[in-house]
Amino acid sequence: MLRRLGLAGLASLSIAVPGKAAEITDFILDNGLEVVVLEDHRAPVVVQMLWYRVGAADEPPGQSGIAHYLEHLLFKGTDTVDSGEFQALVAANGGSDNAFTAQDYTGYFQRVAADRLDLMMQFEADRMTNLKVDPAEALTERDVVLEERNQRTETEPGALFNEQRQAAQYIAHPYGIPIVGWRHEIERLTLDDAMAFYDTHYAPNNAILIVAGDVEPDEVRQLAEIHYGPIPANPVIGPRDRVDEPPHLAERRVMFSDPRVAQPYVVRTYLVPERDPGAQDDAAALRLLSEVLGGSSATSVLGQSLEFKDKSAVYTSAFYSGTSLDDTTFGFVVVPAEGRSLADAEADLDRVLTEFIETGVDPVQLERIKMRIRANQIYAEDDISALARRYGAALTSGLTVADVQAWPDILQSVTGDQIVAAAERFLRDEVSVTGWFMGEGDQEVTQ
Amino acid sequence: MIRFALAAVAVLFAAIPARAAVYIQEITSPGGITAWLVEEHTIPFAALEIRFKGGGTLDAPGKRGAVNMMTGLLEEGTGDLDAQAFAAARESLAASFGFDARDGSLSVSARFLTENRDEAIGLLRGAMVEPAFDPDAIERVRAQILSILGSEAKDPNEIARRTFDELAFGDHPYGSQINGTPESVAALTRDDLLAAHRATMARDRVFVGAVGDITPEELGALLDTVLGDLPETGAPQVDRAPNLLSGGVTVVPFDTPQSVLLFGHEGITRDDPDFFAAFVANQILGGSGLRSRLTREVRVNRGLTYGIGSYLVNMDQADLVLGQTSTVNARVSESLDVIRDQWADIAENGVTEDELNEAKTFLTGSYPLRFDGNGPIARILAGMQMQGLPIDYVATRNDRVDAVTMEDVRRVAARIYRPDDLHVVIVGEPEGLEASN
Repeated sequence: MLRRLGLAGLASLSIAVPGKAAEITDFILDNGLEVVVLEDHRAPVVVQMLWYRVGAADEPPGQSGIAHYLEHLLFKGTDTVDSGEFQALVAANGGSDNAFTAQDYTGYFQRVAADRLDLMMQFEADRMTNLKVDPAEALTERDVVLEERNQRTETEPGALFNEQRQAAQYIAHPYGIPIVGWRHEIERLTLDDAMAFYDTHYAPNNAILIVAGDVEPDEVRQLAEIHYGPIPANPVIGPRDRVDEPPHLAERRVMFSDPRVAQPYVVRTYLVPERDPGAQDDAAALRLLSEVLGGSSATSVLGQSLEFKDKSAVYTSAFYSGTSLDDTTFGFVVVPAEGRSLADAEADLDRVLTEFIETGVDPVQLERIKMRIRANQIYAEDDISALARRYGAALTSGLTVADVQAWPDILQSVTGDQIVAAAERFLRDEVSVTGWFMGEGDQEVTQ
Repeated sequence: MIRFALAAVAVLFAAIPARAAVYIQEITSPGGITAWLVEEHTIPFAALEIRFKGGGTLDAPGKRGAVNMMTGLLEEGTGDLDAQAFAAARESLAASFGFDARDGSLSVSARFLTENRDEAIGLLRGAMVEPAFDPDAIERVRAQILSILGSEAKDPNEIARRTFDELAFGDHPYGSQINGTPESVAALTRDDLLAAHRATMARDRVFVGAVGDITPEELGALLDTVLGDLPETGAPQVDRAPNLLSGGVTVVPFDTPQSVLLFGHEGITRDDPDFFAAFVANQILGGSGLRSRLTREVRVNRGLTYGIGSYLVNMDQADLVLGQTSTVNARVSESLDVIRDQWADIAENGVTEDELNEAKTFLTGSYPLRFDGNGPIARILAGMQMQGLPIDYVATRNDRVDAVTMEDVRRVAARIYRPDDLHVVIVGEPEGLEASN
């Protein structure tokens, strides 16, 4: 078979033959539905993922959690399908299914034997446009969502801390509101709210269909035309306009204390740019900066300095994910060693950052990181579902297939000087939030 | 509008590819070590899964946590390489090594590129055969474990698990936690770690699965390199664990809005003639997905929880039927009533024909989907060998599921689900509930 787009970038590598799995084809139906096919013929399995370009950050004010609540309700039936029937069908076909909601997207997927794709598309297309939920069931499901918030947030002090930090990071932009929603707002969500959100956002011209596995692109196109093709585009859907963040002029601090906290730590985040279509250079520099500073304990700048040399921390890390529609965050975690305060930990972090900007990037470390990134392209071909998720997240965050394919080469081109320059330019106090995560009594010790 | 033809759906059920399409070879290295291999040359890397039976249960008396800490130190240096040099060498090869200790096994999960396989395997051999256990690294890992133990002591899920294990297994290693206690971990010495290494990582208890871009000859040489210099024998395996559980409720007060519930009693052994019937019965009562009776009754119909499940837990020396959920404090009592009713109902009345068919179709249809990538397949191969399953098991497993009848499920459900014996551990501030012991 002819290779189609292939995984760009692999050909220019100094290492390894390019893998033979994961060929990529993409096309758009007349009604605006974007379709991406990732081929992997090693096993007779397929994943269908339908991604909507709508997430928690697109919710109306006061209705936080509605995108996620709607995601739950999508399993509650349509004009012709009973509540739970689609899931029963997936199970009866030996498949697995689920859904997920993020700030920028909502996605639904099924993983089944490859010859079940037709059936999966039939039902997924149906619930794009024919959702019908019994009001009593909607109320019960709201209780399930509240229990989900209980399980994942209220009982996890670390999750509550993240919510508070994130709220402090964004002055106006909705990324400051938790995806699951604030409890008091979830409690007031109604089926009517959810249906209004559904009618506004769920349409083929606001969705991306990703089919990955043992399939042929022509077959996928044919099935997509049959099942999704007849659904009309929604003319109301326009560009995703969100509130702009005002300039940040003051560093912020979040002092969080909870008796359930056993191990105090410091997290600092900075508001930084995300990957933009055709302009991913800054994001690439930030991505490598996170690897250099806090990628792995034994070899990163923070780990070597604080965990190995000074022994002042039991754990350090840096994180950055550039896949986001709007400005995102770059962050650090420092977990101090026994007997060290959070003020000490924060001072350690500041000192290492200052030293790093003076000394620059160790070229040997940078080459190791780039080698790992190259190898990860090979390893990634072994997990087609993960590859499909990567495309889905990128395409619902404003990027294109070409951007995703260009990304590995852009990462390889970043220099040590560019990484230091990114640190100087983006890690500024006035765009930062420093959070202290404390148990009972930790505050006295640290002041 | 789309109409669905049920007849067509029924026909489709019969067409499920119920066989996992992997060809497993058993190979023996020149040095006499056996492994199961699936050759898959599409992508230029291989995954290797090595399991040593015993794991944390082989902690010496008074040394709880030694095997766990020793395992954590395997990646902290070997020979001339200290922890940082070892990590740098591994990263420059883009290989990954995972070392994980559990009660029952110590596992090594490795992934390496074809182009630098020999260097990667050389590093892996050093880590496994000649770990440095450098004093500096010991103190660093000890501090990490103590930090984790501190957090676990305030984690309701962890508290529930500890409480349940202690009630079920008492002084047997299954009754305590593999991470040890702050006291036992603080007291561990380098000699304890060397002893834990000798006790656990021996050739008489090793099982290997390999999948990917590697031939039988190459794998044979690799096995001798990585494992050939390990000791022939290790510590004796532990005895059968006692079953100390009796029906009742144990409440561990914890200030949190949602209670964690862990409940169960003695289970059924993996080699019991009715195991597959029990496996199908569990799928119907509390298996994965939103289709089980427990999920339907507790989550979908009443909104009492975000998640509930039941499990057949088969450890080497103990078997449990276990369930877990979490629910807001005010509704714990209601949840528990529903759970007990479901436990009693399946024991008394068995299941319906529809439920049985759906569970069987799900279990047989989902089995091939597990063979999903080199790493997951390598783990399945090692796990099968450690459980003593035959090499043709993959091809026959679905037939065993399909052979389960209504009568089998009724018989086994009446035997393994015993509502009066259910012991429930609740961590939280449950309302309207009395602890019964």
